[in-house]
Amino acid sequence: MDRSANIVTTPRDTFRAPSELFAFVVMTILLVVAPFFTYPLFLMQVMCFALFALAFNLLVGYVGLLSFGHALYFGWASYLSAYSAKTWGFTPELAIVTGTATATVCGFVAGTLAIRRQGIYFAMITLALAQMMYFFALQFKFTGGEDGIQAVPRGYLFGLIDLRNEAAMYVVVLGIFLGCFLFIYRIIHSPFGEVLKAIRENETRAISLGYQTDRYKLVAFVLSATLAGAAGATKAIVLQLASLTDVNWPMSGEVVLMTLVGGLGTIFGPVVGASVILVMQYKLAPVGEWVLVIQGVIFVACVLLFRRGIVGELASGLRIRL
Amino acid sequence: MFEIFGTPSTALFGQLLIGLINGSFYALLSLGLAVIFGMLNIINFSHGAQYMLGAFCAYLILQYTGIGYWPALIIAPLVVGISGIIVERFFLQWLYKLDHLYGLLLTFGLALIFEGVTRNYFGSAGLPYTVPESLQGGRNLGFMFLPNYRAWVIVASLTVCMGTWFVIERTKLGAYLRAATENPSLVRAFGINVPRMITLTYGFGVALAALAGVMAAPIYNVSPQMGSELIIVVFAVVVIGGMGSILGAIVTGFGLGVIEGLTKVFFPEASNTVIFVVMAIVLLVRPAGLFGRSG
Repeated sequence: MDRSANIVTTPRDTFRAPSELFAFVVMTILLVVAPFFTYPLFLMQVMCFALFALAFNLLVGYVGLLSFGHALYFGWASYLSAYSAKTWGFTPELAIVTGTATATVCGFVAGTLAIRRQGIYFAMITLALAQMMYFFALQFKFTGGEDGIQAVPRGYLFGLIDLRNEAAMYVVVLGIFLGCFLFIYRIIHSPFGEVLKAIRENETRAISLGYQTDRYKLVAFVLSATLAGAAGATKAIVLQLASLTDVNWPMSGEVVLMTLVGGLGTIFGPVVGASVILVMQYKLAPVGEWVLVIQGVIFVACVLLFRRGIVGELASGLRIRL
Repeated sequence: MFEIFGTPSTALFGQLLIGLINGSFYALLSLGLAVIFGMLNIINFSHGAQYMLGAFCAYLILQYTGIGYWPALIIAPLVVGISGIIVERFFLQWLYKLDHLYGLLLTFGLALIFEGVTRNYFGSAGLPYTVPESLQGGRNLGFMFLPNYRAWVIVASLTVCMGTWFVIERTKLGAYLRAATENPSLVRAFGINVPRMITLTYGFGVALAALAGVMAAPIYNVSPQMGSELIIVVFAVVVIGGMGSILGAIVTGFGLGVIEGLTKVFFPEASNTVIFVVMAIVLLVRPAGLFGRSG
């Protein structure tokens, strides 16, 4: 990265590089066409996890903060979304907003604590806080403990459109996914995003330039948690389930893996990574526990051999931005 | 029997003892993490898995060769320590010049591999490991019953911790180590083989984890996930204590074990989370950690 990158940029067209626009169009077309060829439910799951990975990547890829506890926001948003839809009878859009708002609050509290330390400590703090919230999820009555919240009604969007219809649900998830994707793209390329990248490259220098880096980091953290929450809340409605798996530490590890495989700090990397990992889990379901070992091997291989990830390698090979 | 704050003294001292036991493991593991971090600049995420491997090693040599607890205390740390040296030579040594987070990610991957493999062969149910004959039974101290094995664990772990502290802070070897932590290239210029020191340090740190695993085997069941549950708590302990001081790691480990034990008596619901809550408070009040320099 160019350290003397121009901090102040003016907003231009949405996409900066033709390659990014092209990739975005391809991705959109694929997502529109794909349900005719494969299971829509699986694709919706892929989009939820891709959004989760995008949210995580916003923090690690563009601010350089490795959170090892993103399951907290994903899982708790999922719980509140499921609970509000099932017990309070919220409509799906309200349930998703409730779940997302929960993640925002959690993100603000956890972020305030975690940004007090840097580097490796940041990862350990986020992991520990997520584990604490996992234990709360285990103990609280409303989360259903080991059973989780099952049979969550999908309900009627705005009280009108029946989401039990798979096509309607698909359109909603696609809308949320693309909307959040463009939002994240916008954040990354805004003046605010440029400051985040400056902090990633050289925090001391950013401070000396007069930026209150802690505030920027906190806002980025809250944004990332919120978007991870949107993913979790949507997932709870789609799969009609919120469970302990969503808040436990392996989920935090999984989102790290998805982003790493796809490419840290690339825009399309998390989407590719989430697709690859989910397809792999789906195909490897028969081998049971070996999935854990294979994931471990992928981690090691990525770190040692291709740190840029799939999209990162592709982009540097073709000399384009992705 | 008498009561303290309406709690029977036996329950109180019983939980205090359990707290001290847990604290022994926190101290041993966070000590290993601190030593490794000092030299390698890597947070060893596989530390929990290596603790688990130590316990499995003891279990397996008992099952297949009949070698008991006492030799296992030497053999398991040796075996796991050597495996650690192999890991350092093959994987970790390529990461020293990179961002810290890659070390964390790599060792996380290793932890998944270790845990996955053991789970495939032994299932996730716990396997029992009996207390060695010479330490069975216990003694009545009047106010509580003290099982001999638990007394041994506390004494042994304190001894190992203090021994490590002594070696690092008071011997010539330790002086080299501390110097290499501060400025590796300068120490290298004095003709000391720093890369070998780094390799051996990792092996030693991992061996400490395995030793803790062997000591834990008779208390907790031997199971593939015994390490991953513990390591997250140990991370919180490390955040609270800070990794700057060896003595700090030991004191924090035992202290938090005791706090956890006391919470189990007075407010059992919070016993799983109390260490994390303490971590949050410490971050608010003293962000650098109790014994830490800033970092």
